[in-house]
Amino acid sequence: MYAQMVDTGTRVAGNELDAAEVRFQKRIDDGIRVEPQDWMPDRYRKTLIRQISQHAHSEIVGQLPEGNWITRAPSLKRKAILLAKVQDEAGHGLYLYSAAETLGISRDQMVDDLHSGKAKYSSIFNYPTLTWADVGAIGWLVDGSAIMNQIPLCRCSYGPYSRAMIRVCKEEAFHMRQGYDMLMSLCRGTPEQKQMAQDALNRWWWPSLMMFGPPDADSVHSEQSKQWKIKLFTNDELRQKMVDQTVPQAEYLGLTIPDADLKWNAERGHYDYGAIDWEEFYNVVKGNGPCNRERIATRKKAWDDGEWFREALVAHADKKSKSKLQAAA
Amino acid sequence: MSNKNDTYAYLLRLGDNALVLSQRLGEWCGKGPALEEDMALTNVALDLLGQARLWLSYAAELAGDGADEDSLAYLRDADQFRNVLLLEQPNGNYADTVVRQFFFDAWHALALQQLRVSQDPRIAEIADKALKEVNYHLRRSSDLVVRLGDGTEISRNRMQAAVDHLWPYSGEMFDADGVDLAAAAAGYGFDPSGLRTEWLAYVREVLEEGTLKLPSPEAWMQKGGKQGRHTEHLSRMLSEMQILQRSHPGATW
Ligand SMILES: [Fe+2]
Ligand SMILES: [Fe+2]
Ligand SMILES: [Fe+2]
Repeated sequence: MYAQMVDTGTRVAGNELDAAEVRFQKRIDDGIRVEPQDWMPDRYRKTLIRQISQHAHSEIVGQLPEGNWITRAPSLKRKAILLAKVQDEAGHGLYLYSAAETLGISRDQMVDDLHSGKAKYSSIFNYPTLTWADVGAIGWLVDGSAIMNQIPLCRCSYGPYSRAMIRVCKEEAFHMRQGYDMLMSLCRGTPEQKQMAQDALNRWWWPSLMMFGPPDADSVHSEQSKQWKIKLFTNDELRQKMVDQTVPQAEYLGLTIPDADLKWNAERGHYDYGAIDWEEFYNVVKGNGPCNRERIATRKKAWDDGEWFREALVAHADKKSKSKLQAAA
Repeated sequence: MSNKNDTYAYLLRLGDNALVLSQRLGEWCGKGPALEEDMALTNVALDLLGQARLWLSYAAELAGDGADEDSLAYLRDADQFRNVLLLEQPNGNYADTVVRQFFFDAWHALALQQLRVSQDPRIAEIADKALKEVNYHLRRSSDLVVRLGDGTEISRNRMQAAVDHLWPYSGEMFDADGVDLAAAAAGYGFDPSGLRTEWLAYVREVLEEGTLKLPSPEAWMQKGGKQGRHTEHLSRMLSEMQILQRSHPGATW
């Protein structure tokens, strides 16, 4: 998902939990939200910092693939929708950085960690947007998957994170509808436009499934996160939901999902789908995706080029507060 | 009374100014110097894009022949664009972007105040809506000019260099030609030369507060954008902006 493979630290067996941790877990089990001033185990704090900052970085880096088409949007209406969408993602980044800051890390530290490669962001944003249809495919599949993951997080145990998710989810639902609508126009358009849409689905389908993270059997940290209620469904559960939701939507568009093994399984009441290339996923996570270097280089350049700007604003504010002090003296 | 062709030409100027600047600002989206600044700048880009659509839709109605906001934005060549040269100048560093915005906002607010009382009710209505947005744009860009001018030595130097560099493009906004004079005479527009004194006074005041120097008002000024003679930058900008409409003629998006 936007936060993939979040490390929860070393697992402590139940009988080794000290009394405070037992009380903490009891409160979570009782559905009481954890707030910033409350005591919390160090591992819970660190895990959440990793998870929320990874989510925030995904929103920020996620601006880039779609931002790539703002200057080329094919109508003024679509341009306005896309500008507003990319701006929303920046807003999501902002709420999430603020939520993470309540856990005692600064935004500058998180940004440094992103630029140094210490912090991760979602693997999905390391794929290129090659045509206009990719903008639609991202809205439909990527924002669509994000909602699936984030709606349960609206009920997660950490108060500031759950509240941020409630605001974010409303906007993500818009993004998904807009993306689908964009593809609908292409699918009802010329043969070239329809081909563009099909090609986008071909390229984004598998990365979108990978976005939910490794299969449950390989997800070492899931159990602890579930217990803490900062992860409410497993990767495979969410992935299945996404497939089940998306297949009829693709049919309605008249597009073919690029998976020969995809078929309805009446017994399970779900779609079966083909094998995911996990080797590709782990490589993208490791930095070998088609755009990893480019994405981080773009963010770093924006940050470095903006340094004089940020310093100037601080210097100006200092001058103003000094002259205020002098006036008061 | 007003002649349809003159009004059309006049509306294109208003629409193209907003469209071309919005297009430039869109280039920054996701790459601004700070997250909050990125979002604020995108707001300005969205406002201007909205204004461009209103002006161009009105122009298209007057043109008839099936024109709409998109055919005007996407199917005209550079020599048919009527924006001032200032707005097509590249983003440069962020100081260039701020100063370009400030020079234009200061003019834009004055211009919309005139257009709010246009005898063409549609123009008056669009201007009234736009002015609310542009008052905010002007407050924002003026504030940035002061803070970046009176910030660090580096920021002051960058801002002064941007002011000096963009100054020769500031005069065109006040240069009245036949289209402007026809608009002023018919009462749906105004004579832009009448705005220069007030603009200069305001710009001087803000620059001084930001410890920046106003270049000579007597300096030679570049012009031609309003008549369709542009700098080299516009056709490159349009080739990017128009690519999909041009390569898929007649498609709906
Ligand atoms: Fe988002
Ligand atoms: Fe998200
Ligand atoms: Fe989104």
